[in-house]
Amino acid sequence: MASLITRRRLLLGLGAAGALAGCDSRPASIFLAGMERWNERVDRMLFSPTRLASEPPAAELTPEPDFPSYFISDTIPFAPDNWALKVGGLVARPSVFSLEQLKRMPQTGMRIRHHCVEGWSAVAEWHGVQLREIARIAGASRDAGYVEFRSFDAGYSSSWDIESSLHPQTILAYGMNGRALYPDHGAPLRLYSPVKLGYKNVKYLTEINFLPQRSGGYWEDQGYDWYGGV
Amino acid sequence: MAGSGLQILAAYPALGPRGAQYSWYPFQNDAPPSWLRLGGWLAGARHLHFAIAWFFILNGMLYLIYLAASGEWQRRIFIPRRDTSNALAMLGYYLHVRKTPPPEDFYNGAQRLAYSSAILYGVVVVASGLAIYKPVQLYWITAAFGGYDAARAVHLSCLVLIALFTAIHLAMAALHPRTIVTMLTGGPRG
Repeated sequence: MASLITRRRLLLGLGAAGALAGCDSRPASIFLAGMERWNERVDRMLFSPTRLASEPPAAELTPEPDFPSYFISDTIPFAPDNWALKVGGLVARPSVFSLEQLKRMPQTGMRIRHHCVEGWSAVAEWHGVQLREIARIAGASRDAGYVEFRSFDAGYSSSWDIESSLHPQTILAYGMNGRALYPDHGAPLRLYSPVKLGYKNVKYLTEINFLPQRSGGYWEDQGYDWYGGV
Repeated sequence: MAGSGLQILAAYPALGPRGAQYSWYPFQNDAPPSWLRLGGWLAGARHLHFAIAWFFILNGMLYLIYLAASGEWQRRIFIPRRDTSNALAMLGYYLHVRKTPPPEDFYNGAQRLAYSSAILYGVVVVASGLAIYKPVQLYWITAAFGGYDAARAVHLSCLVLIALFTAIHLAMAALHPRTIVTMLTGGPRG
């Protein structure tokens, strides 16, 4: 059922894109939707769950004022005082984690080139806890093929395939460039991974759900490709 | 491909990584004019670009297979040892340094150079496109171009070269209308 809704959304999104492109005919949007499904298959085929993105040298670090920070709220969203991360869905142990609990888990750090769907790239260091560690602690089911990420940024969300979610470089980051994550980059906790485009890396996380079906996302529902692999 | 590519470029009309944009690029932060763009917005243009790219690649591969299998490459591809002096002589003729054109069989050296370079632009535009499409999974292609932002610059440069080639090709065909018939029929054999 969920996949039907997503497909309809996809067709609507592509239809809207096609209309703007001047090819608002039904065949054109069916063609583009078919090609998007094909491209997602290729994307999944190219994805390797073990291949690590290479780390650029420190000299390539982007000066922080030059690293763009996007959010959809009118002003920088700030975490509520009682902030905690909820983990649920198809898990044996639905959990709530405080930032302190997350920081006590094994830490992963990486220097990574960020690829934005707009075409720019920028380099930063990120540290946090691997999402696969959270999946292990919460006991994510084998039936969970998808993961949904929700935020307190005006309802911004995204959803991922499980393979990319469990990639060793997919982390819940609470630090950037050796310091605590700043509010404009998603404090207190954001999703970060080199294997997905920027809009898939949800900031201001509040909730992670392991799901049997994909859900959409803020940009995905408007027509951006759902897989968004890099 | 060109129109949707320029619409994608318009989302970030600059070359070079954030904080270290290339100083040699003259159109830094100038979006391409809207009449050259296709797709309406970034997501629409991406869908067009990544859908049609497959047919662009398929078309190019069929052409290359035909070229190799039919033996046509021998009279169409620029072979430096055979064609360099002829190409230079032809260039001299065009620039009115030389009064008579050099002898030519099917193509002259300058034509072979131009058509072969267009094939090269096609191959490089696809490779650089893959390099910026999947810079993590296809990291070896991206690395071959010297990284993501370099590959993006190469990708745009290929578009400029292909556009230039097309403009010169159309101008030459307009100046020599008889060649259009030859293009359509395949010309004399032998």
